[in-house]
Amino acid sequence: MRWKDEFTCWRLRCRIVIHPCAVPIPSSPSLLTVRGLSFSRNEEPLFGPLDFSVDAGEALLVRGDNGVGKTTLLRVLAGLLRADQGGLEIEGHAADRESRARAIAYLGHLPAFKADLTSLENLEFLCALHGRREGRSFEAAMATVGLAGYEDSPARTLSAGQKKRLSLARMWLSPAPLWLLDEPYANLDLDGIDLVNRLIVGHLDDGGATLVTTHGAYAAPPVKTRELVMRRARWEAAA
Amino acid sequence: MIGAARALLQRDLRLLWRRRGDALQPALFAVLVVVLFALGLGGEAALLAKVAPAVLWLAVLLSGMLSLDTLFRGDAEDGSLDQWLLAPVPLSWLVAMRVLGHWLTTALPLLLAVPLLAELMQLPRAQLPLLMMSLLIGTPLLSLIGAVVAALTVGMRRAGILLALLALPLYVPVLVFGAGAVAADAQGLDASGALLMMGAGLAASAVLAPLTAAAALRIALSGE
Repeated sequence: MRWKDEFTCWRLRCRIVIHPCAVPIPSSPSLLTVRGLSFSRNEEPLFGPLDFSVDAGEALLVRGDNGVGKTTLLRVLAGLLRADQGGLEIEGHAADRESRARAIAYLGHLPAFKADLTSLENLEFLCALHGRREGRSFEAAMATVGLAGYEDSPARTLSAGQKKRLSLARMWLSPAPLWLLDEPYANLDLDGIDLVNRLIVGHLDDGGATLVTTHGAYAAPPVKTRELVMRRARWEAAA
Repeated sequence: MIGAARALLQRDLRLLWRRRGDALQPALFAVLVVVLFALGLGGEAALLAKVAPAVLWLAVLLSGMLSLDTLFRGDAEDGSLDQWLLAPVPLSWLVAMRVLGHWLTTALPLLLAVPLLAELMQLPRAQLPLLMMSLLIGTPLLSLIGAVVAALTVGMRRAGILLALLALPLYVPVLVFGAGAVAADAQGLDASGALLMMGAGLAASAVLAPLTAAAALRIALSGE
């Protein structure tokens, strides 16, 4: 069975709902639907064509060895790279720049912090750019990620792990429902890994969804996740 | 949109304040260029006065070009540009604000030093207002044109000399009209034509350059 079939089967299993009136429940469109997405670098196919969808309240773990294209996949989904073919739909509509900007928050390898600004100033700037979720304050964000007391430290004095925590604070403040987390566990201590998992669980409980890439060395979030396993020039998915 | 613009400008000014020493570097460079010219040409006042508009304009232009590489490079290297691209605000708007911030932090301190440099070059005081006027219109124009080139080369590890090779030919008309306006005035001719041409160029590039630079940034970033 090809991965796509297996994937569809899994989705079907989840969608079968026994309803007393036997009226089919209108299924709301998935938060993110990817159709026939493929990408090649320098004429060399890297992945695809790829079909999958992520519903609200769901986490998709993108697993694979170094260099198979996990980061590239996330960058294509975020709109930083242009796909060769195929595209994505956000809540049932073909994604354009605006709907992407509204729906997607992206955590990449680079933290996007200015070394000479303090932690708080960096957060404030990025929130001015992307918007802030209602009812979430900067103080609460710093406390959530365990950086309380570092508000006025210049970002250059933070360790790699602390910068990652600050990036997570940015995600927590973001109003976007879909988080694209590229190696969120990298550089973090055990407590930090736990923090990532807690944030993901909280986000899913709020009706959000996440895509998480990992090369497999770290623990997956303790929620029901599906996995997308990337192998070189070949794709597999397992429930 | 206004909020994002204000935040970006505030960020740039804050960064400038944290690195106050760096802010003076473009101005110091221009001072050195002018001093070298003055020394090289000798102390003859008439000769200095004659070449002063061109030398002052060149000093400002070269110093602006040296700081051009910092326009987007820092933001590209630390991932800020990725976040700009993903923001709900148009990238060209952010680019325009970044260019404005860059002009405020690199060109404006330099303009403040120009009266001093003009004195050094024996520029007749009557011509100083015209020179300042031409620089005030010309330097934002240089920044905007330079932004397109800086955006094109931001994907390269080291743009260095390539940036100069691409930007300098585009700077030629600005230099011709800018220095030309002051030189024409020195000969008793009307300088307003050249100033108006520069003004028209500034108006056009204020609209077109951010759009072009934004497109170039997208290409540069998707090449990584």
